Amino acid sequence: MSENKQNSAPKSYLEETGGRKGIFKWILSTDHKRIGLLYLYSIMAWFFIGVTLGVLMKLELIAPGKTIMGAQSYNATFTVHGVIMIFLVVIPGLPAVFGNFMLPIQIGAKDVAFPKLNLLSWYIYIAGSILVVSSLFAGGGPPDTGWTFYAPYSFKTGTNMLPAVLGAFVLGFSSILTGLNFIVTTHRLRAPGMSWMKLPVFPWAIYGTAWIQLLATPIVGITLLMVLGERIFNIGFFDPAKGGDPILFQHLFWIYSHPAVYIMILPAMGAISEIIPTFSKKTIFGYRFIVFSTLAIAFVGYFVWGHHMFTSGMSGTALFTFSILTFIVAIPSAIKVFNWVATMHQGSISTDVPFLWAASFIFVFLVGGLTGLVLGALATNVHLHDTAFVVGHFHFIVFGGTGFAFFGALHYWFPKIYGKMYDRSWAKTGWAIFFVGYIALYMPMFFLGVMGMPRRYFDYLPEYHGPNIISSLGALVMVTGFVIMVINLFRAVKTGEKAPQNPWGGTNLEWQISSPPTLENFDEIPTIDKATYKYD
Amino acid sequence: MAEEKHHITSYKTYLLVLSLLIVFTLLSVAITQIELSRWAAAAALLVAGIKSTFVLMIFMHLKYDQRMFRVMVGLIVALVVVVIIITMLDFLFR
Amino acid sequence: MSVVHRDDIGSKLGMWLFIFTEILLFGGLFITYVVYRYLHQEAFHLASQELDVAIGTINTIILLISSATIAMSITAIQQKKKKLTLALIATTILLAIVFLVNKYFEWGAKFEHGIFPGSEYLDQLGFGDVLFFGLYFFMTGLHAFHIIIGIAVLGFMYYYVKTDRLTHDNFQLLENGGLYWHLVDLIWIFLFPLFYLIA
Ligand code: HEM
Ligand SMILES: [Cu+2]
Repeated sequence: MSENKQNSAPKSYLEETGGRKGIFKWILSTDHKRIGLLYLYSIMAWFFIGVTLGVLMKLELIAPGKTIMGAQSYNATFTVHGVIMIFLVVIPGLPAVFGNFMLPIQIGAKDVAFPKLNLLSWYIYIAGSILVVSSLFAGGGPPDTGWTFYAPYSFKTGTNMLPAVLGAFVLGFSSILTGLNFIVTTHRLRAPGMSWMKLPVFPWAIYGTAWIQLLATPIVGITLLMVLGERIFNIGFFDPAKGGDPILFQHLFWIYSHPAVYIMILPAMGAISEIIPTFSKKTIFGYRFIVFSTLAIAFVGYFVWGHHMFTSGMSGTALFTFSILTFIVAIPSAIKVFNWVATMHQGSISTDVPFLWAASFIFVFLVGGLTGLVLGALATNVHLHDTAFVVGHFHFIVFGGTGFAFFGALHYWFPKIYGKMYDRSWAKTGWAIFFVGYIALYMPMFFLGVMGMPRRYFDYLPEYHGPNIISSLGALVMVTGFVIMVINLFRAVKTGEKAPQNPWGGTNLEWQISSPPTLENFDEIPTIDKATYKYD
Repeated sequence: MAEEKHHITSYKTYLLVLSLLIVFTLLSVAITQIELSRWAAAAALLVAGIKSTFVLMIFMHLKYDQRMFRVMVGLIVALVVVVIIITMLDFLFR
Repeated sequence: MSVVHRDDIGSKLGMWLFIFTEILLFGGLFITYVVYRYLHQEAFHLASQELDVAIGTINTIILLISSATIAMSITAIQQKKKKLTLALIATTILLAIVFLVNKYFEWGAKFEHGIFPGSEYLDQLGFGDVLFFGLYFFMTGLHAFHIIIGIAVLGFMYYYVKTDRLTHDNFQLLENGGLYWHLVDLIWIFLFPLFYLIA
């Protein structure tokens, strides 16, 4: 390359400001990469708040009786913790951050199909979060229903349900528009030669997720509108005193919220499916199986919502059907675990930071999935429903699964996103402390649940004290690891050494462009002629 | 891509479909007013199904669009129906 | 930005996806309807007699006609008949307004009889009536809200055609607007028998 060419080489997207200054080069840019980072920073901010609330709860539970807060504050804390973590952190999570950043690049496109709509989705997200947070400060006190907003309590309680419910509704819009954008992008903007069966697994996962976002979110949207109708107009849809059926609310809520857990986990699985082959230097095992299991999860996941309602008084027929369907939906998840392990088998594994996150993901996901089966069986569910066991289960999957995959993806794509490399030994230290703290925090909950400790109480009987101490201390350890990780990444953005184009030896398109990418990602739209994940 | 050939539907087709739709509407009113036993409501719904098929196929051009659109619409309708059926598994057998 | 290239199919796909979300939004209400209809068959039957089938039928036909006119506007624009296109869009908007006016009187009459969500009179009638009219107001209300949005959308289309931003070889936006309008019609096609014809 001649001297001249070097100089006129296009600037990276971080340097390309479009003539805007300061914060405006972020909040006015329609570049999918900048929007991805906008989401990253906003989601991280909410995550900090959510973690703080979580730690406060753990401190309350470090000893029986009132420790640092009373019943009402505790109810408000777990509600706001849940709403923030579910609606503001994990649901947008991977799709909005890494989907935005990587989907166009991995399919060989310059941007998403509707860049302006993409930016609008972020604004809607922010509007929704402001509404949610305003519920903390306005009049009647923070909401205290739990993130599930169960009727009839959600329209009988005097606390600030309106802004919280409206906020969740608005956030749903953001999620829908993002999903819509990604589906059109995947259909229309794949580079020449990028047939569906050459699509890497992460875009596939984002695509499957986008369909769930699109098709499930409206149901919770209308349900929340109905709750608003109850509160404002006193209609009676879910009010037993007027003939309404609160169990119908549970149906409608879970028709969305079970698929929503797949909004959280599918992209996580997709990211893991990128990391594992790269660090095993081996083609992913059973590409077709992984793709089809992604679609199967997205599809069957729509029909199992009733497993959250086994003790609600549903008909026997429904109990039976939902239990069977729940067992069926575990199969594609198990296929994926099998495929990951088979990919590693006889590969030349390098235990670099992203791989450590991915490997620990597989472990915690396995625990989460198996305890899910315990809960999916009718007989055991009756004993375990609404105990600490459920809290253990979903944290193992939502936090252990989605969270670990998020951090893994962050460490995997960090050099591409910022063009900088982080300190790997600190990153490993952070991971190790986090992992140990994590296990100590959530493992005891399974035992507590089996012993019969109910969830969502600020107090417990003295016989539950032992495991609760371990759990609370684990929370502190985990947060320490988390802080180390964040500081390490922050330092890398500021002072990290320059990262090469392809630090891990990955094979997908994102590793064939500069780090960080240019504004348009590719000088020329690539033509794809070989299969994905080919290592020679 | 902007150069795709567009099918131009004639005014006549639209007017024909419109009159069919109106006839079906009146038909469903007639059926239910005459009180054809308890199946009247089901018949009215069936008519609604036929009417919406016309709207989807002709007015919304599904007939002339890529197959992808027809498949998607079919799946979405099936999804709604299946979700209703599964929900009813609870209420029907309580 | 690079060469902005137009993708009509992509744009149409986006519109259809949006329509799917609308179908599911109303889908949640249809689930509710089916459940409560099943639990209160007799009451729904009787409550439905309170509704005026004549107004319902007229409104149905109005929406069907408006659906046809907006569909024809797409033929017109492709044949480069700008005046006709504008006239057809305007007719659609007009019909939409007539629909709303009818609705206004229909609701108004109910309110006068003391039938509205949360009213004491309604509460006395019993569970089935509370739920029937709750659903009636909620669903037709949400539908009317969509009509209002539709009027705004079509208003923009009118303006775009008038200012030649939409022309015979660039009319995808008009088609999308039309699709939205047909959706509003589709939903009504089901609301009509479910509320008016089960008496
Ligand atoms: C192998 C697959 C899975 C099975 C069989 C399963 C099963 C279950 C069951 C039966 C419950 C209800 C427990 C009860 O309340 O009595 C439950 C709760 C829950 N699951 Fe799963 N699950 C699976 C995967 C997931 C995934 C992938 C996620 C999220 C990413 C997830 C998130 C949750 C959450 C958040 C709850 C609790 C909701 C609440 O009541 O607040 N699960 N799971
Ligand atoms: Cu579930």
